[in-house]
Amino acid sequence: MDVLLVLVPIALALGTLGLFAFFWAIKGGQYEDLQGAAERILYDEDPPNQKEI
Amino acid sequence: MTTVSLLDVGQQGRAAAMPGPGTKAGYVACRGNGGCGLSLLVAEVHCGACIRRIESRLSREPAVELVRLNLSTRRLDVRWHGTADFADEIIAMLAGLGYEASPYVAEALVERDRATESTLLKALAVAFFAASNVMMLSWAVWVGHDGGMGQGTRAFFHWMSALIAVPSIVYAGTPFFASAWSAVRRARTNMDVPISLGVILTAAMSLAETVRGGPHVYFDGALSLLFVLLLGRYLDQQVRAKARSAVQNLAILAARPVSVIGDDGRSRATPADLVKSGELVLAAAGERIGVDGVVIAGHSSVDTSLINGESAPKPVTKGDQVFAGTLNLLSPLSILAQAAGASTVLSDIIRLVEAAEQKRGRFVALADRTVRWYTPVVHVLAASTFVGWLLLMEAGWQVALVNAVSVLIIACPCALGLAVPVTQVVAASRLMRAGLLLKSETALERLASIDTILFDKTGTLTLAQPVLSEHPDDAEILRLASGLAAASRHPLAVAIRNAIPDAPMLDYVQEVPGFGLSWNGPHGEVRLGSAAWCQIEPSLDSHAEAWLVSPGSPPRRFSFATELRPGAVETVAALRRSGYRLAIISGDRSETVGDIAAAVGIADWHAGVSPREKIARVERLLQAGRRVLMVGDGINDAPALAAATASLAPAEAADVAGRAADCVWLGRSLASVPMLLRTARQARAIVIQNIGFSFVYNAAWIPVAMAGIVTPWIAALAMSASSLAVTFNALRLNLSMRGEA
Repeated sequence: MDVLLVLVPIALALGTLGLFAFFWAIKGGQYEDLQGAAERILYDEDPPNQKEI
Repeated sequence: MTTVSLLDVGQQGRAAAMPGPGTKAGYVACRGNGGCGLSLLVAEVHCGACIRRIESRLSREPAVELVRLNLSTRRLDVRWHGTADFADEIIAMLAGLGYEASPYVAEALVERDRATESTLLKALAVAFFAASNVMMLSWAVWVGHDGGMGQGTRAFFHWMSALIAVPSIVYAGTPFFASAWSAVRRARTNMDVPISLGVILTAAMSLAETVRGGPHVYFDGALSLLFVLLLGRYLDQQVRAKARSAVQNLAILAARPVSVIGDDGRSRATPADLVKSGELVLAAAGERIGVDGVVIAGHSSVDTSLINGESAPKPVTKGDQVFAGTLNLLSPLSILAQAAGASTVLSDIIRLVEAAEQKRGRFVALADRTVRWYTPVVHVLAASTFVGWLLLMEAGWQVALVNAVSVLIIACPCALGLAVPVTQVVAASRLMRAGLLLKSETALERLASIDTILFDKTGTLTLAQPVLSEHPDDAEILRLASGLAAASRHPLAVAIRNAIPDAPMLDYVQEVPGFGLSWNGPHGEVRLGSAAWCQIEPSLDSHAEAWLVSPGSPPRRFSFATELRPGAVETVAALRRSGYRLAIISGDRSETVGDIAAAVGIADWHAGVSPREKIARVERLLQAGRRVLMVGDGINDAPALAAATASLAPAEAADVAGRAADCVWLGRSLASVPMLLRTARQARAIVIQNIGFSFVYNAAWIPVAMAGIVTPWIAALAMSASSLAVTFNALRLNLSMRGEA
C-alpha cells in the first residue's frame, strides 16, 4: 500500500500538468476560433511573417 | 516579440490616436515604439480560402508584423510597424482582394463575452479534473469499506480528496458563489443560492469529517454537481455570445464616421455624435448621411427607405432637408448640420425603440419565474429538516446537518440549471444552421406564444432593390441602356445594369440628379431617364419606369417591379394554414403596398404608416390580448420591432432594426419563418416537460431526504440521474427536427 503514497501524487501531478496545458491553450486564444482552426490546418505553406498571437 | 495584444493596445491607444483626413486611421491604436494595430470587421469572409487569401496577401507586406483572421467572428487583427496611415493601405489591399472592411468598434462588448467564456471554460476544466480524480479516490474508499481498507489508508485518501476538492470548489464555484452573493446581498434569491449553499455545506461537512477521521466524505458529489451545472452554463453562454456577436457585426457595418469640413477646408473623419450644429458635413455618393441638416451645395437623390419605408428615391437639391440614416445615391452633397447624435430624427426613433424594449424587458423566462418561488421553499424545507432532526429527534448536529444537506442537494434545480440551457442550445444551433440567429434568451419562449404576424413590406416581403420587369426586345438597345446605366448608382440604373451585366460601359456619361443620364454617341445624344428627361408623355402605369431615347429610333420604355422575396408566397400560405393572423403595415404608398399584398395573399394591409403609428398599432393588438410577431427591416420598423411580443429582422436590416429584433435571419428567402415558430413551440414544450419532471422528481425525493434515509451520496446519484434524464429529453428536439432539414 505504501506505493500509493508515490503513485497517487504522481497521478495528480500529471493531471495538474494537463490542466495547466489547457489553461495555457485558453489563454493563447486557441479556443476562440475553432472554425478557422479547422480550415487553417489545410494550408500547404506557412505564410511568411506569421507569428503566434 | 512584445506580448501586448491588439486588444490591450486598442483600449489604451484609441483616445490618443489622431484621426487622419478621411481615413480609417482614427481607429488605429499606436504604441510608443512605432507599432500600430487595427481590428477590422471583414463581413464577407466565409471559408478557409478567404483566410488564406487575406492572411497571405497582408503578410507579404514587409511592414506587417502580424495578421490573424478569426473566422467565427469575422474579425481581422493586423499589427504593423510604421505610421497609422498604413491602415488605409490595408483597407485598399482588402478592397483589391474583394473584401469590404469596417473598423471593429464594438470590441469592448465582444471582449466581455470572450472573458466570460474563458472563465467558464477554465472553471469547467477544473471541475472536470477535480471531479474525476476525487471520484477515483472515492471509489477506492467505497470498495475499501467492505474490503478491510485500513484506517490510515482511508484517511490518506480523504486528505488527498480534500486537497484536490477544496481549492477546486473555490475556483470552479466562483461563478455561482458570486452570483448567489450578489443576490443575497440585495435580499433576493436566485437559482445560484441553493446551489452555492449545497456545495459549500457539503464541502465544509466533508472537510470536518476528514479532520475528524470519520468514515464518510462527499467531495465527489459536490464536484460532480458543479461540473454538471457549469456545463449547462457554458453551453448557454456559447449560444448567446455567438448570436450576439453576429448581430454586433451587423451594427458595426453601419457605424461609419462622418466627414466634417474644417475651417482650413480639409475634411476629417469624426464620429457622428461629435458633429456640432452649424458645421459643414460632406456626404459622398453612396454614403449614408450622418446628420440631420440642410443641403447647401450639390444635388442628388436620397434613399429614405430606412426612415420612412418609401421605396422610390427622393431628389434633393440646395435648401432641402436631409436626415441622418438616409443614403446619398448620386453625387456628393455638402450639408449644414442642424442636429447630430442624440438630437436627430434617427435618435428619436432609437429612443422609441429603447422605451419599447424596456417594456419587453420585464418578460421573465419561465425557468426564472419558477425559481423565484421554488428556492425559498427548498431553503425552508432544508432548514426545517435541520431543526427537526436537532430538536425533535434529538440527533447530533452532524446527523441533522447531513440530512439538511441531502435535502439541498436532492432539490437542486438541475432540471432548470441544465436542461433549459441544453434545450436552448439544441434549438439555437438548429436555427443557426438554418440561418436564424437568436439574440435574446427569452426569444424562444416569446416566439412560441405568437398568434399574429405583422409584416413590413419593403425589404421584408420584397427585396429592397427593384428589378427590370419589362424592356424592349432589341439587343442593341439593351446593350446601349446597360452601358449608360453602368455610370449611375440610381436604383433603377442598377436594376438595368444587373439585368444586362455584360454590356461594355460607355465613357463620358453625364448624370443629372433627379432626371437621368445622357451620352453623346456617334449619331447624337442618347438619353436614359424619366419621361420628363426624355421629353415624352409619362405612361399612367403605377410602376416605376425609365425611358431611352436615341436618335433615329422611337422612345423605348423600361419598367420595374419590386421583386418578392423568394419563398414569400409559400411562407405566407404556410403561416395562414398554421392558423396565424397575418397583416402588412408599411410606410410606403398604398398602390405599391396593395400590389404586394395581393401578390402574397394578405388581405389585411395598411399603407403610409409612420413609425409612431406602427408602434401604436402593435400596442393596440397587444392590449387586445394578441401575441404579435413583427417582421421588418427599416429604422421605421424598429420601434414596432421592439414593442412587439417578438420580432424578426433580415440580416441586411438597418442596424437599429437589427438591434431591436429578437432574431435575425440570413439569406434571401423567407422560408425560415415557419421553421422558427415551430422550433420555438417544440422547445417550449420540452422546457415545460423538464420543469414538470423535476417537480415530480423533487416531490418524490425530498420527503425521503427529510426522513434521513438517503445519504448525500445517494442524493448526488439521484440528482445526476435526473440531470441525464432532462438532458436526453432536450436532445429529443434534435431528433424531431432531423427529418425536416
